Amino acid sequence: MSTFKQYSVLPGFNLALGFTLLYLSLVVLIPLSAAFIHSAKLTWPEFWSTVTAPRVIASYRLTFGASFAAAVVNAFFGLLVAWVLVRYPFPGKRLVDALIDLPFALPTSVAGITLTAIYAGNGWIGQYLEPLGIKVAFTPIGVFVALTFIGLPFVVRTVQPVLEDIEKELEEAAAMLGATRWQIFRRIIFPTILPALTTGFALAFARAIGEYGSVIFIAGNIPMISEITPLLIITKLEQYDYTGATAIAVVMLVISFILLLIINLLQWWVHHRGIKV
Amino acid sequence: MQFNTWLSVGLLILVMVNSNQALADRAILNVSYDPTRELYEEYNRKFTRYWQEKTGEKITVRQSHGGSGKQARAVIDGVPADVVTLALAHDIDAISEQSGLILAEWQKRLSNNSSPYLSTIVLLVRKDNPKGIKDWDDLIKPDVAVVTPNPKTSGGARWNYLAAWGFALKKHDGDEAKAQEFLTRLYKNVSILDSGARGSTINFIQRGIGDVLISWENEAFLALKEYGPEKFEIIMPSISILAEPPVTVVDKNADRHGVRNIAQAYLEYLYSKEGQEIAARNFYRPSDPEIARKYAHQFPAIDLFTINEVFGGWPKAQSIHFKDGGLFDKIYVNQ
Repeated sequence: MSTFKQYSVLPGFNLALGFTLLYLSLVVLIPLSAAFIHSAKLTWPEFWSTVTAPRVIASYRLTFGASFAAAVVNAFFGLLVAWVLVRYPFPGKRLVDALIDLPFALPTSVAGITLTAIYAGNGWIGQYLEPLGIKVAFTPIGVFVALTFIGLPFVVRTVQPVLEDIEKELEEAAAMLGATRWQIFRRIIFPTILPALTTGFALAFARAIGEYGSVIFIAGNIPMISEITPLLIITKLEQYDYTGATAIAVVMLVISFILLLIINLLQWWVHHRGIKV
Repeated sequence: MQFNTWLSVGLLILVMVNSNQALADRAILNVSYDPTRELYEEYNRKFTRYWQEKTGEKITVRQSHGGSGKQARAVIDGVPADVVTLALAHDIDAISEQSGLILAEWQKRLSNNSSPYLSTIVLLVRKDNPKGIKDWDDLIKPDVAVVTPNPKTSGGARWNYLAAWGFALKKHDGDEAKAQEFLTRLYKNVSILDSGARGSTINFIQRGIGDVLISWENEAFLALKEYGPEKFEIIMPSISILAEPPVTVVDKNADRHGVRNIAQAYLEYLYSKEGQEIAARNFYRPSDPEIARKYAHQFPAIDLFTINEVFGGWPKAQSIHFKDGGLFDKIYVNQ
């Protein structure tokens, strides 16, 4: 027992851990295990042929590919936005700051309909892109645009507080010791915010994988081309194929879990390396 | 007993009577498919008035709309529908089989296969028909962009698919391989598969997507009424399918809510002259011959085939064409 429970001066460990486990079970584990149990009604070959059908494979590619691309773009531009918001005073800053949270608050279907209206061939932006041969709405690019939209606040809001807490003195000391601006950013600022940035990336990525509402309007939903995996799950449900739907859901869960685990390990590694330096 | 006590007993009784009356204000829920919104809005007003005149009881009819398959699933999953009025018999069969809420022989309970109104599938094009679309044949030309929803989730889309298939079969003297090739070429021209008919209509009308919308006849007329004939034209194909959207009481729910008599009357009244008039005004083809004659000018006579004639009924059409791995899936996977 004593090896399991490390000594802590803080009282209440047992109670707090008990509540944590209970809460996690009720809110996360029980609903998720229901998906696993339901899909267990399939035999292994049935399960395998359901989750590796060509249409399903094409949808994994789109869902995970577009989510990853959107998260990468958001990591870059989210960092830039956070940097501007923290480092520079400018008129209307609070307004911009508040705008960042809008994708959090907006119902996703509203976001989807709005984006579709803007990027469709007769929309505000679409009418200029279409003559250039760029179709956004109803193509995989549209999926990417919607996922970028919903993912942005995750990066900004995780990086911002860390950036605010960086001690000015460190940068000043570096400058005194002759570091260039680029060196200061690369050696001091970037390592400090990297853990927060990977968290923001992971959150945006995870959110994008599960996104349904905003994507569905802009995707076009053509089999093999612009169908996302959550749509296939819904399609199966609407054909009364409950077990098939849960089988795909289980695959998504497992892949998402593995990816998030990798990102967390990466983050842990980055964090510990940072401390040693 | 004192006056005060009597007063409070009296008040108590009054409250109980009142709350009883509140309970007695019965309501039914009609779970329907996408393009029937306007039809049932008008019909519900008419029916509640009719019921009050007949029985003195004030009732409420609530309605819910969405893709037909999605609505059926919602009922299976527990939406407390008292009646369902869906796009095709297969979806009601599914409720009956999956949940047992509806008796298996439901389709024999009302006349005309339980379909009070009929419809068909037509083509809606932009004003002056710039691509010169006259019939199903024109939809497979390489430069024509077609809009139709996903047959996996939309009842209307399944009728669209089957109408095109019926045309191709007739054209190629029953050659199924040729029909399949026709459908493959047709769906190559489709760039968006919405989950419901209304979504497709919105994409065609408001977003300017595509040259032709394969649509319910009533939905096409409605678009014409809302947006004006100066924007769109309806093209009647040479041949199409006779769509029979069925209705039925959800037995177990209606009994549990104690509203069976209302639910029953609600559906039967659809067959009355008044009900048929409302259906016709909302661009559904009436099943009553007299009302049908009255509105004949509105619905051009075209060559219509039924699903039983060409496909041998819904269960067969469903398992050959639309189930996973069926012919519709092959269109996309084999490309």
